[in-house]
Amino acid sequence: MCLGIPGRVEKVEDNRAKVSFGEVSVAVSLDLLAEPVSAGDYVIVHAGFALERLDEEEAQRTLEMLREISELETR
Amino acid sequence: MKHVDEYRDSGLSAAVAGRIRKLSTRPASFMEFCGGHTATIARYGLESLLPAQISLLSGPGCPVCVTPVGMIDRMIALARLPGMIVASYGDMLRVPGSASSLLVERGRGSADVRVVYSSYDALEAARSNPGRQVVFFGIGFETTAPATAAVVLKARELGVDNFSVVSAHKTTPGIIRALLDSDEVKLDGLICPGHVSVITGTAPYRYAAEQRRVPCVICGFEPLDVLQSVLMLVEQVESHRAGVEIQYRRGVREQGNEKARRLMDEVFEPADSVWRGIGTVPGTGLSLRPELSRWDALARYRLDLPEPQEPAGCICGKILRGAASPEECRLFGSRCTPATPVGACMVSGEGACQVRYRWRRHPA
Repeated sequence: MCLGIPGRVEKVEDNRAKVSFGEVSVAVSLDLLAEPVSAGDYVIVHAGFALERLDEEEAQRTLEMLREISELETR
Repeated sequence: MKHVDEYRDSGLSAAVAGRIRKLSTRPASFMEFCGGHTATIARYGLESLLPAQISLLSGPGCPVCVTPVGMIDRMIALARLPGMIVASYGDMLRVPGSASSLLVERGRGSADVRVVYSSYDALEAARSNPGRQVVFFGIGFETTAPATAAVVLKARELGVDNFSVVSAHKTTPGIIRALLDSDEVKLDGLICPGHVSVITGTAPYRYAAEQRRVPCVICGFEPLDVLQSVLMLVEQVESHRAGVEIQYRRGVREQGNEKARRLMDEVFEPADSVWRGIGTVPGTGLSLRPELSRWDALARYRLDLPEPQEPAGCICGKILRGAASPEECRLFGSRCTPATPVGACMVSGEGACQVRYRWRRHPA
């Protein structure tokens, strides 16, 4: 139910955006976002609303941490 | 897909699992609050990667599962009113009420029940059917409640009078507190719901960590997210720490989404709420504020209904509290299957029973 899917913002018009998930794209409301997003940003989409912009830097940091664990474990 | 595939890497998963096995020295039970996590854990067989002394328990975080029979009965009664259109997220249609379901009513032609993807679609249905009434069935936790708040404010802005909502929304802090205070299940850690936390931030888990010394980690929904969260919980357990940590940092900010919470505050006030199998938990529901009663279907349509009938033999409630596993239910897999669900936990794709049935998640 509380499923959120990360999608890429393709186009923004007023308070709505076209967001793509691979091949599929849907119209999404931006009414819950405090800050504007633009094409190329990723957002978490739930039931037709963008809940939050995905933080690319934090995503990189998380992956970095996972790779470090992996290096430690396979050494 | 970006922000998805990276977190499904089998090599990294094996490494994180290896790390967990190395660090874990004592038995620990962690509850995944959210049904979305229950599904990820089962689908990817994550328990098979963990040491036997770590057990994962499903919690009450499945909105379809915790919506009480009486609320389903109310929606069915509303749907039967002449000229009524009920708009609902698809998950709720198959949930059995005392004697019927929204899906059965629709199939009989006795009700016009429509599945919507978004609350705004329900408002659109009202605008394109000006001679009829549309009631939107608002269910879900803090993830979904802002979408209901937004549609109420939109209906007010556009002056749409043939639209109202039933708020069956629930909130997380009170139920987590109730679970921990009942002492029915001993928990050594909480895997906290990622998308609820996108809205709430870390606040709902402070009580668990600070007052009850239960470690908490806010977790994303891919397999590596869950494994890393378990690792973070094990690290807390092994070092005798109890804090609220965020694994799902790409989506969750410490303070959550304040704008979404402001919308919720504008539309809703806290209310007592009935949880299937758990009972009334103070302050865990959301009612529309009195000044918005024009859009509150529960205020507009006061229907007298007979006492709801819980399905006999169903132990959904115990399962939702983490106190029983689906296999302990006599109905599981015999009378109760995804095709013919008796209890709500078998209806939802995130319900503990359906997940166990489909993915054969083995009890710890």
